[in-house]
Amino acid sequence: MRSWFLKAGLAASFALALSLSLTLSGQAETPKRGGILTYVIPADGGPSLDGHKETTFAVLHATAPFYSVMVRVNPDNPSSTSDFVCDLCTEIPKPTDNGLTYTFKIRPGVKFHDGTPLTAHDVAASWRRIVSPPPGVSSARANNFVMVDKIEDPDDTTFVITLKFDTLSFMPALADPYAYIYSKAILDKDQHWYEKNIMGSGPFKFVKFEIGQSIEGVRNPDYYHPGQPYLDGFKAIFAPKESVRLDAIRADRAAVEFRSMPPSARDQLIKLLGDKITVQESDWNCGNVLTPNNARPPFDDVRVRKALFLAIDQWKGAQALAKIAVVKTVGGIVFPGSPFAATKEELEKLPGYWPDIEKSRAEARRLLKEAGQENLTFEMLNRNVDQPYGIVGTWLVDEFSKVGMHVTQRVVPTGPWLDAMRRGDFAVALEANCQNVVNPVADSGRYLPHDLYPENFAYHKDPVQVEIYNKMLHETDPVKARVLMRDFENQTIGVGAHQLMVTWWYRIVPMRSYVKGWKISPSHYLNQDLANIWLDQ
Amino acid sequence: MSTTVIDDAPLPQRSYWQSLMRFCQRQPLGTFGLVLVVIMAVTGFSAELIAPYNPTANDFAAMTEPPSWQHLLGTDQFGRDLMSRIIYGARTALIVGMTSAIVGGFSGLILGVGSAYFGGTTDLIIQRLSDIVMAFPLIIMALAVVAIFGPGVQNVIMAITIPLIPRCSRVVRSSALTVREMPYVDAARACGFGATRIIMRHMVPNVMAPFLIMVTSFVGQAILAEASLSYLGLGVQEPVPAWGLMLQGGAEEYASTAPWIAIFPGVAIMLAVLGINLFGDAMRDALDPKLRER
Repeated sequence: MRSWFLKAGLAASFALALSLSLTLSGQAETPKRGGILTYVIPADGGPSLDGHKETTFAVLHATAPFYSVMVRVNPDNPSSTSDFVCDLCTEIPKPTDNGLTYTFKIRPGVKFHDGTPLTAHDVAASWRRIVSPPPGVSSARANNFVMVDKIEDPDDTTFVITLKFDTLSFMPALADPYAYIYSKAILDKDQHWYEKNIMGSGPFKFVKFEIGQSIEGVRNPDYYHPGQPYLDGFKAIFAPKESVRLDAIRADRAAVEFRSMPPSARDQLIKLLGDKITVQESDWNCGNVLTPNNARPPFDDVRVRKALFLAIDQWKGAQALAKIAVVKTVGGIVFPGSPFAATKEELEKLPGYWPDIEKSRAEARRLLKEAGQENLTFEMLNRNVDQPYGIVGTWLVDEFSKVGMHVTQRVVPTGPWLDAMRRGDFAVALEANCQNVVNPVADSGRYLPHDLYPENFAYHKDPVQVEIYNKMLHETDPVKARVLMRDFENQTIGVGAHQLMVTWWYRIVPMRSYVKGWKISPSHYLNQDLANIWLDQ
Repeated sequence: MSTTVIDDAPLPQRSYWQSLMRFCQRQPLGTFGLVLVVIMAVTGFSAELIAPYNPTANDFAAMTEPPSWQHLLGTDQFGRDLMSRIIYGARTALIVGMTSAIVGGFSGLILGVGSAYFGGTTDLIIQRLSDIVMAFPLIIMALAVVAIFGPGVQNVIMAITIPLIPRCSRVVRSSALTVREMPYVDAARACGFGATRIIMRHMVPNVMAPFLIMVTSFVGQAILAEASLSYLGLGVQEPVPAWGLMLQGGAEEYASTAPWIAIFPGVAIMLAVLGINLFGDAMRDALDPKLRER
């Protein structure tokens, strides 16, 4: 059954790849060596340089070229949601012991940039730090590895992970692009060393880092993937303002921004530069989430929450917003390109997705009247990031007004926005769900109640939802897991009306046409080690 | 023997209409400014009657449309009618501008006159506090206040009002110091009148000329400050129609493909501030006795 689902996944990925508006050129061309790639990172920089600890792409886009990982999404097929290949391991192992034990062989002869050999002990030390960090060390994605029982490194080339239970979410979680392999010797001396320093075994060696300005790397001549990297080096420039990034690409002071640009920027660049610009586009494993504070009146009333969802015309809205923002696809709680995602017919049964918007809004008005909230007035907390939070927020305010709600926005910078959600100081919040490797079971864990998933800010209690999730986590038959996923989605959006996914994002990456070899993926966290990029100059 | 006849009959009182006509004749630029201010006030406060569309309603069938008979000033990226948003934006500008200027002005007036009248330690404390607030440029001070209290109309008004208070207080105090030495103030003191009566009845009316000029200029400054804060994302929030906010986001993004999104709100800000400044200058000339007789 699992192989059937794998095939279905591959087929879906293939269909997704076909649907991507790729303007790939030079796929059959022989890569040229040399040159320095300059790219822009749309941020000021991350809080630290430690991939295990951080969640922002700003850290990953700056540091991924310096590091190796154990397993990764296939860099030649990154749009796939199920094509995983080895980076440091020699082969993806078949699990033994009823699917509970994975024994990896580590590639021989790999060296860290300081010349010391990389062994299974370094891999194990890094993974132990990710799965069960020592006191005082934080691991952003430790929650993704609740299934891991123990990690062993019996010799220099063998790395063994034993699971508590078999689950479909393990392999995608293992391909975490932030799971950098650090030197055990360094970690043994200081667990915090990597927060301020860089030393890996990736395709590029660290040259210099100017905080908030730029980071530079030079080719690692000892890199273990034959022939790679093609570039002599790279320079990444931090540029939080969109106009600056646009100007940089327009003037060829930077070749690409790997996160995403809005449709207007893409259109401007194409108009100005013609065939000197290539654009790759893809559905994005990120989306906005509308989160009513389930613990605060009147949103402690499920009727009010449902009315909130029923006011929104997602089908028409997403289509129009796609012209002005980095959003496009209507979807449920699972990335629309995944075999686990709801079909349109399945979605249309949930509040917030009804195909007949007039009927949907009439029901919203009825529910509000029944709840005594006909003139509901509230403030929606939003983040001061225009693309797409600002645009989606403005659209939602107008949608709510169509059922008589009076909504204002409290738009604040990222820090106060997160802080307000963590304190529960909001009525309704517009937040986002951004994941790296498409891992439907693990990714949907973010909809669990706050006491199980601390970064869920709906502040709801729902034992039924938790029970469904636990069943799904332990289910190894993909078909049955998909059925459970529908139950989980229905409980989250339909029955409990805890949170609503509003429009999935859409990645638009315009780049100078001389940049070759890079392929877009559904996540801006993936495929960023730059090893396969070359410059046709 | 010759006799000199002194005509001590009172000068004829001019009606408001005659005063207005005289102002218009002598101050054509000020009149132009007044017309702009009146137009802004009328459009702002009767926006519901004038605006052709709901300023916050999205119309996805009319996104980034250029000016046409349907949308005289075009539409923004959400398909919202720019003319309607500018008309409603005048209300936001006036509410923020007038409230900040009046509250800031009157607070400054009370502090300035009080500071001059009482002198001594009271004067010292008020003036040193004013020095501290005035050490920061208006926009920086406003940014700090908004950063502490958060965005929104009320907080923006407060953010702009606070830096205006010492500016007004300083100017009013300098006039009030002269008035304090006038014989009629001494006479009032000799009659045993209290400080409040002397300040309110004898000093405040005699510093009204510089005060009114200050308040007029404050309206323009407050409108610009509101637009700046909104442009920086710290003022009023979407979808409230406000000129500064209209210059943010979409206006930048569509500057080359839909320039009308940026041009018309910019023109509205420019005309409003120009009108208020011209009117303020003319008021100063009209109220200054030395300039009035020229």
